[in-house]
Amino acid sequence: MNRRTRLWLVAAGGGGLAVLLVAACLELPAFGGASHPYGDRAVRASLSRHTANTIASVNFDQRAYDTLGEMTILFAAVLGCVVLLRQTRDEHRARPEPEEVAPPVRRYALVVLPVALLTGLYVIAHGQLSPGGGFQGGVVAATALHLLYLGADYRALERIRPVGRYEVGDAVAASAYVITGLACLIGGTAFLANTVLPYGTFNTLSSGGTVPLLNAAIGMEVACAVVVLLARFLDQAVEIEEESGK
Amino acid sequence: MHVLPYLVAAWVFLAGCYGLATSRNLIHAVGCLSVCQSATYVLLLAVGYRDGGTAPVFSDLEPGSRPVVDPVVQALALTDVVVGATVTALLLALVVQISKRHRTVDPDELSELRG
Repeated sequence: MNRRTRLWLVAAGGGGLAVLLVAACLELPAFGGASHPYGDRAVRASLSRHTANTIASVNFDQRAYDTLGEMTILFAAVLGCVVLLRQTRDEHRARPEPEEVAPPVRRYALVVLPVALLTGLYVIAHGQLSPGGGFQGGVVAATALHLLYLGADYRALERIRPVGRYEVGDAVAASAYVITGLACLIGGTAFLANTVLPYGTFNTLSSGGTVPLLNAAIGMEVACAVVVLLARFLDQAVEIEEESGK
Repeated sequence: MHVLPYLVAAWVFLAGCYGLATSRNLIHAVGCLSVCQSATYVLLLAVGYRDGGTAPVFSDLEPGSRPVVDPVVQALALTDVVVGATVTALLLALVVQISKRHRTVDPDELSELRG
């Protein structure tokens, strides 16, 4: 099929889809309307279980089972990347040479690194109280470590980032989520049902029953997953080279 | 204009589809897929919006004092972002391997099978 025919086909299909989408949009409830039955119920359920951040309550309490699936997707994607981006037989590793870093960049990176790491951990720890949580905080904490690559060099990054341990950490965090679910079963309720632990005082770090535990497990998993993913891509870009003459 | 946000979502989605269909570079195609996915964020957040609503976080907000936006779609959007990011990473890893094995990232040149 040449490009012209394909473009016509896309135009026909896209035009049809556009008409259907616009027709659907016109039938949707008006933007900004007051009727949100599921939202109202989610807010009520979250407040009754002393979780200040309703979104954390939806993710780690009301839809905790779906988050297990989501976490499995994340885990499988990381596994896929590790398998796809491994060193093949016709490649070898070259030691990357340290490069000169501009002093302002180095100063900035080294000052911001601890701040960014602490911010990431804060966002994870306060997932059930304020906007944020394991997913967001994990990404912040993991990318904070990579400021060392910008500010120093690749070897410095490798020293604070033994990839093997982060891979283990990823698996441990994923298991911790499942084990918390199984602990709920042992506690005499349904899998991942948040009725075993006391709900605590509203708006404190220990409130929300199992929400902070699951949130911490997700935070650890996401942080480890992002570190492993970035490490694999950086390996490809910096270290792994093809054999010469191929 | 009570349908404008929904139409924006549809437009972003179609723009991503057009990019996917006409792409001559696999990295560009992965980017277009992310654009398609961004349309779902716009749609979800538009569906959950409530006039005058604030974030559904009650650490500094008296429950019932103000309308809050729908937390269910916000949680769905969060799920969407995470899955989108991991799928993008996986696809980019595939592109890295394709470029190594076939020496091209143009999908039109990837017609022949190779062992």
